[in-house]
This record gives sequence, C-alpha cells and structure tokens, in this order.
Amino acid sequence: MHCNAALIAPTFVTGLILGFIYALIALGYTMVYGVLKLINFAHDAVFATGGILVFYAFGQWFGIVQPLSGVSLVVLMAASLVIGALASAGSAFLLERVAYRPLRRRQGARLSYLITAIGASFFADYLYQQNFLLGPGKREFPNYFNVSKAFTVFGSVVQNVDVLIVVLAIACLIALDQFITRTRSGRAIRALSEDQVAAQLMGINNDRVITTTFVVGGLFAGIAGVLYAIKFGFVVWNMGFVPGIKAFTAAVLGGIGNIRGALLGGILLGLIENMSAVCVGAEWKDTVAFSVLVLVLILRPTGILGEGIKG
Amino acid sequence: MSSPVYRFFEWLDARLEPVRERAPRVPVPEPVRQRWQQGGRLWRRLGPLRYLVAAGLMALIPPLMERGWFPILNGTYGQTVLFNTGYWILLTLGLGVVVGLAGLLDLGYVAFFLLGSYTTALMTHSGAPGQFHFVEWPTWAALPFALIVAMVAGVAIGLPTLRLRGDYLAIVTLGFHEIMLEVMNNLGITNGPRGIPAIPTPSISIGSFHYDFGLNPAPYWWFLLIPAIILAVIMVQRLDGSRVGRYWTAIREDEVAASAMGVPIVKMKVLAFVIGASTSGIAGWIYATNVTFIDPTSFPLLLSVLVLCSVVIGGLGSIGGAVLGAILVQAVPEAVRQLSGGNTLFGFDPLTGRIAIFGAVLIIVMIYRPGGLLAARRRRTEMVTPGPESGVVVDDASATEQEVAPADDVHSAGGRST
Amino acid sequence: MTALLEVEDVTMEFGGLRALSEVTFAIDKGEIFGLIGPNGAGKTTLFNSITGVYPPTRGRIVFAGRPITGLRPDRIVQLGICRTFQQIRLFPFMTALENVMVGVDARHRTSVPGALLHLPRFKREEAEGEARALELLHYVGIGRFANELAANLSYGDQRRLEIARALGTGPSLLLLDEPAAGMNPAEKNALRDLIRKIRDSGITVLLIEHDMRVVMGLSDRVAVLDHGVLIAEGRPESVQRDPKVIQAYLGTGAAGDGEAATGEAG
Repeated sequence: MHCNAALIAPTFVTGLILGFIYALIALGYTMVYGVLKLINFAHDAVFATGGILVFYAFGQWFGIVQPLSGVSLVVLMAASLVIGALASAGSAFLLERVAYRPLRRRQGARLSYLITAIGASFFADYLYQQNFLLGPGKREFPNYFNVSKAFTVFGSVVQNVDVLIVVLAIACLIALDQFITRTRSGRAIRALSEDQVAAQLMGINNDRVITTTFVVGGLFAGIAGVLYAIKFGFVVWNMGFVPGIKAFTAAVLGGIGNIRGALLGGILLGLIENMSAVCVGAEWKDTVAFSVLVLVLILRPTGILGEGIKG
Repeated sequence: MSSPVYRFFEWLDARLEPVRERAPRVPVPEPVRQRWQQGGRLWRRLGPLRYLVAAGLMALIPPLMERGWFPILNGTYGQTVLFNTGYWILLTLGLGVVVGLAGLLDLGYVAFFLLGSYTTALMTHSGAPGQFHFVEWPTWAALPFALIVAMVAGVAIGLPTLRLRGDYLAIVTLGFHEIMLEVMNNLGITNGPRGIPAIPTPSISIGSFHYDFGLNPAPYWWFLLIPAIILAVIMVQRLDGSRVGRYWTAIREDEVAASAMGVPIVKMKVLAFVIGASTSGIAGWIYATNVTFIDPTSFPLLLSVLVLCSVVIGGLGSIGGAVLGAILVQAVPEAVRQLSGGNTLFGFDPLTGRIAIFGAVLIIVMIYRPGGLLAARRRRTEMVTPGPESGVVVDDASATEQEVAPADDVHSAGGRST
Repeated sequence: MTALLEVEDVTMEFGGLRALSEVTFAIDKGEIFGLIGPNGAGKTTLFNSITGVYPPTRGRIVFAGRPITGLRPDRIVQLGICRTFQQIRLFPFMTALENVMVGVDARHRTSVPGALLHLPRFKREEAEGEARALELLHYVGIGRFANELAANLSYGDQRRLEIARALGTGPSLLLLDEPAAGMNPAEKNALRDLIRKIRDSGITVLLIEHDMRVVMGLSDRVAVLDHGVLIAEGRPESVQRDPKVIQAYLGTGAAGDGEAATGEAG
C-alpha cells in the first residue's frame, strides 16, 4: 500500500462530495429503519426513480436540450429537483402501500419483508431496463445545467454541481432535523421509533406515520437522484444499485436510525472509498467498501453514533 | 362441529374464563410426527426405492425430448434448457437449505457456485500458450476440490457474519458475492475479465464402455445431473428429518429458546451455509465443464437474486418447491421466448423482462402465499403466523434481546423506585 | 452438603445500570431454592448470567465444582443446567413431542454424517429420543397432547411443556422462571406437585416465583433480591419475618408490590 501523496488532497475533496450524496440517500434507509426496524432494500429503486423521471420530463417531454442560464436555469433547476423529489416520494409511497402495508396487515414474518423489498427493487430496475423505458444502456441526461469548474481547493477541481450538492444536502439535513424535532409528524415518528405499541395507544396513527416516513425518505432520495444524474451526466436502469448499497453502508456506519449518523457515515464512507482508490487501487473499491461494512457490523453493529431516531 | 350445543359451550367457556387468553388455534389435521412430512402415503411407502423411481422418470425426459414429445422445448435447444434447469435445481436445493430450513437470508449464494466453477476451471484447463495454467488435472479430479472449496467458503463467510441479525446478513452476503466478482476480475491467475477458456469436459470409462461428454451431443449432460440431484434431495430430506433439521426449525421459530435448549446457534447456521454451499460446488463443477469457458460475467449478482426467487416462489422447505422454482425461473421463460419467436411480450423481453416479472411475483407471493407455492406445511404456517421474534412491527431482534435480559429487571427498576 | 451451584460476587452492568451487584449464594444438591424479589430486582438477569445469555460483568459462577462463567449457553446446557422462560418461549409450530425432542437432542451426538447415512447411532438416538420425549410429556402430565402443536396448547399446558423440554436436556439443575405465572389455583397446585416430583427425582431446582404461597410452600431455602442486591437468605419462615425483606416489598409507599407480598405470604 503506497499512497500517492499528491492525490490525497484532491481525493479527499471528491470523497467528501460523494459522501453528501450518500448521506442524502442514507436518510431514507435510516428513517424507515427507525420506525419499522426494517431495512428497506428497495430504497435504491426509489433513488433511481427521481433521476429517471427528470430525464424523461426534461429530455423527452419538455425537450430541454441546451444549457440554460440566469433566471430560467434557477427556475428549471428548482423544477427538476421538485419533480425528482416528488417522483421518488411517490414511488416510496407506492412501495409502502402496495408491498409493505399488506404484509403488516398480515403480520408477515421478518423474512417476508426482506424478500418483498428485494422483489420490489428488482421489479423496478428491470422494468426500467426494458426497451419501452430506458433500455439496457446508459442514457445521456439533459444538460440544462452546465456542469463546469467553479474553483479549486487543494488542487482539486470543484464543479458548480458539487457546490450545489453540498449546499442542498446540508439544507435537507437541517430541514429534516427541524421536521423531526419541531413538527407534530416529526414527534410522531420519534414516538413510533421508540415504542410502536405505546405510540398507538397514545392515539398515533401508525399507518400514517409510516407513510410519512417513507415519503420523507423518498423526497431526499429523489433530490439525490437528480443531483447524481446531473453530476455524472447520465441515467441508467440500475443506477440505484451501487449508490444504494453504499448509502446503506453509510447508514449502518453512522448508526442506523440516526439522522446525524447518516451524514457522518456518508462522509466517512465517501472518504474511505476515494482514499482506498488512491491507496489500494480503484479496481478494489467495492471490496474495500464492503469490508468496511463487515468490519463495522462485527465490531460495532450499532454504528458510530448509535441507533434510534434522534433530532 | 358447529352444532348449537357446541357453540353454547364455547360461549359459556368464554364467559367463565374471560381473563385467560387463548392462543389462536392453528388448524392441524393428521397425527404424529408424520405431520410435516411430504409426499403421498404411497410415495413414502416406497422407501428408498422412491429415489430410484424418481431417477428413472428423470431419465425418460431426454429421449422423450428427442422424439419431440414436449410441447415447446425440444431438440438440442430443449436439452440446453433441461441442463440449465437441472443445475438450477441443485442451486435451489442448496439455497433452500439456507433460507428454507435454517431461515437465513443469503443474497450472495451464487458466490459459492462461482467458486465451484472457478476451482474446476483452474484445476483442469490447459490454457493458451504462454497463459498461466495450474495443474491440468483430469476433470473428475477437480470435482472434490470444487465441493471442498465451496464448503470451506461457506465456513469462511459464515463464521464472522452469522452472528449478525437477518437483514445485515443479507447485505453482507450480497457484498461477499460482489467481492468474489472483483477478486476474479482482478487476479492474474483467473485471467481477469478475459475469463478462463478451454475447460475440458469429463468423460466416463468403465471397462469397455467409454463416453466423452465433449464429443457427444447435448442430451447426456442431463444424466450427469440426475445422480447429483437425487443425492442432493436425499441429503436435504435426511438432514431435515434428523436432529440437525430439528435444530434448524428450533432456531427459525425461536432462537433464544433454541439456545437455552443447548442448540449451538452459530454452529448450526454455519452448517446450513456449508450444506447449502455443497450443492452449488457440484453445480459449479458441472456448469464449468459444460460451458467450457467462464468469466466473471457468467456469475452476475442478479443470479443470486434469481436463485432466491426460485427458492421463495417455488416454496420454502420442500423438494417439490425447489423443482418448481427452478422450472419457473429457467424453463418457463425459455418456453415463453420460444413461443414468442424472439419477439417481446407486451414490450417485455422474455429473458430480462422475466426478472421484472419475478420481482412482482415475489411481492405477490409474499402477500398471498407467504412461503411460496409448494412450501412445506410447517414453513407456511410459520410465515403466516410468525413466532415471537419474526414480526417486524411488533418487535425485532434487538427487542427480543432486551426481553431476555434487562427488560424485566433493569427497565422497570427505574419505574419502581417510588 | 455439597454445593451444586456457587454464585460468587456476581455483578452485572448494562451501560450505567447495575442490575446485579456482588450477589453471592450457593445452592445445595437436591434442594428447591426459591429466588424472590420485587419486579426489577434482577432475578431474570441472574438467570441469564447463570445460563450464559449474558456473562456477568464481574464475579464467578461455579457449577458442580467447575467454573462456568462466560461459557456459551449451549455448553452450559451440556453441563447440566437448563431453564424455562418467564414469557413462554416454545417452538410454536413444532408439536409438543418435537419440542421435547429438541431438548432431548442436547444429549445426542448424531451430526451430519450420521443423519446422511442413517448410521446405527442415528437410528438408535432418534428412537430413544422419541421414547424419552413421550415419557417426559407423560411425566409432566400432557402426554395426550404429544402430537398437538405447541401453539395450540392451553397456557398451563404450555408451561408444563416448557418444563418437559427443559427436563429433556437432562439437567442436574433446573431453573424455573415464574412457572406459576398466569395459572389458576388448581393448576398451581398441580405445578407444586410437579416441582416436588422433579426434586424427588434428584434434580435441584432454582425457582423464581412471585406467588408467595407457591414459593414459600415449596422452597427449602429462599433468597431475596432487591435492586440487584441479595438482602436476605435462609429458610422461608425466617426470610418472611426479615425486616429488610418486608421493607423491600412494602418500600415507602409502593402499595401495589406490598399488597401482593403480604397478601399472598400470609
């Protein structure tokens, strides 16, 4: 293991930015885990849905193909984020309604939930892969947002989209924090994550809270999906798979169910991954990421900050 | 028994003991230990002979196919589908032990299949000139090694991870598969993404009888699979009906209680992994010698999920379920493709679209027939009426852990101090 | 008298909470030893540390002259300690007979090869195990339900099944965690007879019980836990009069607990 010293600082920055995207996705895993004690393996499809729907809306239906600037850029950027967030939230809602709720009604075994989630994830992915949708290859994302160099830190090029990612991710986290601590629904979510039965006895409508949780997690995943598509310039049918697993790892690393843990875990994982690409080799990236996950699970299964939804 | 008299007594019973909670009655017919056994009475009475009968029936398939007796899948194409279904049955049986008997969710099962194939390939291939090659053993000599490597991998991945709770285990096993792919892609010895070509096919020589699988047309590969499948079935059934099977059931139904009754939890779970891996080691050997060329793309992550689909849709904990699952995942889509003449169906490509459809089917099966189409009766009951720790909403693994220890003692200690 | 189980200075901490502090006592061979205390006193925690669910933070547990601190639960069962649970934990979709057979299996050694080849030992152990399990079901009085699913049994019968299953492992020390909970008086009486019968067959019994009539009537000796501290130990009559015990149960205003104690102890 010999790390190229010149590359460490730049990778640090790119890892950090990737970490923010992971954190946004990880929020969905973490919140659903908080209330249902269940890992929503279909969250990767929820993430992909946001980016893919914006690809359709802007690229296919609205036909926006050239880079924009000024007010129209701001408006369309906002519109794309809203559309993406709503699409993902909608798919999360659908997932909860169609797959999870019937299982809850029937008191499904734990294994049932996991298998259902995998079914949902693969259903969505391979539906997107069909020729009447995205098809098997990468599809170029409409470049209404001109990705370009903003400035340089430590010799690392930071793009304008990176700035957007960091700003939006921090804004989302603050918003979620406020939502969890200040609002009625947020309190209900926390109550449910503490004690299902007690929450129900206190007059909390479990189903509504669970739906809210899925939808909120979906909103952030959608924003992440759009940003991811803009940054890398394409959408592809299985674009959720790898970021999904990474985000899940991030959630566990920070302490699943813990919102601040998601941010911490996301950033840490982004850093570890990019550092290992420099020090071990990019071709071993997934091995390193998974080894980290296994080590964390074995050595500290509750993650760095511990479990449970906290404000 | 719904006579008015009976109902009156039921009513009276409820009046007299209003406090005592009655456990929900699970309907069970039939007596004794045979309760959960499978197959009709006649079939069971055949004893060990039934395996011979089954093998004989299986042996009839290729000749019938050659005569075009099967509706869609015939000729060489039919034989290929038959082979695919056959090794897939082996995989489904193996993962069935892990998921159906031990109740563990393994999302990276095909990693063992990959290891079996790669072991076979590395030990036997002669390689292109200048390319790395290892020992160049005869194919049969590689068989035990394929088996052992897969089983050892079962221990290696099982020992550290089987202490984790169920959903973590799923993702870690998925990771194991991904790591194996990366290893095969990056090592020089496996020739990286270019794969290993020229894997020799096996041949059989007994006295004057000589048969080379490489020189003959496809049908006879199936005959190599028949003994493997029959042996795997015997293995699964015998284990299920023994102390080992009882221990697996106990772990599935209540891990804490099982541990208190002296069941070595981790050991039994690792054992399930090892037994499960064994069939995929054999399947890997047969597969590698059949296709004669393997590379990492032969074993995508998707394959692991498809085997899981087979196990779950076919039915947990039953042999019939494993066979049905393999047919549904391997043979039916091929038949559909034949029927559609290579066209898409409602826009779905028969081979990639099947995964979307299986995904949807998984959800539907879990809701309407948890445990799968032909699940073992006990398994079905368990999935419908979960035991103390299977319900997700009510409690989870960590909650039951609490219940064992401090729930009674520590938590209420705070409340008591008035 | 030789001590079968010695608990020495056992301390158990969960995070900052101290569930047991320096608990020391010994159980003699062949006695029924009652363990009582208010809710949350640490009784079940003590069970968990003896049976290896959670090894104690500090201290030593010696069973039949052999230290068992920190051993895995299944090893401890092998050595001859088995327990029942406060909340019934049967294998709900196994029959009563199969439930007990899981217990009996702890004494068996057949593993994969034996089961695969149906070796003689496999056949012998299966037959013996079934016979022994049936015998135990009759012993606790639910032989006629051998083929009934555990989930279908009545509450009292499930308690009995738990005891039969634990006896199946062939323990020399049986730990019963509130076996009379939720039983009606007739069932409690039958249970008392059963526990005596078990003791008379040579098995030492450690009993957690809330019902004072049951525990005082049965136990040869009684120990009282309060807030994780052993506050009294001795013959039932003397323990009942111990001011510290009365204080623990009555507390200062804990009327609910006190009522249960005095009402049933009287």
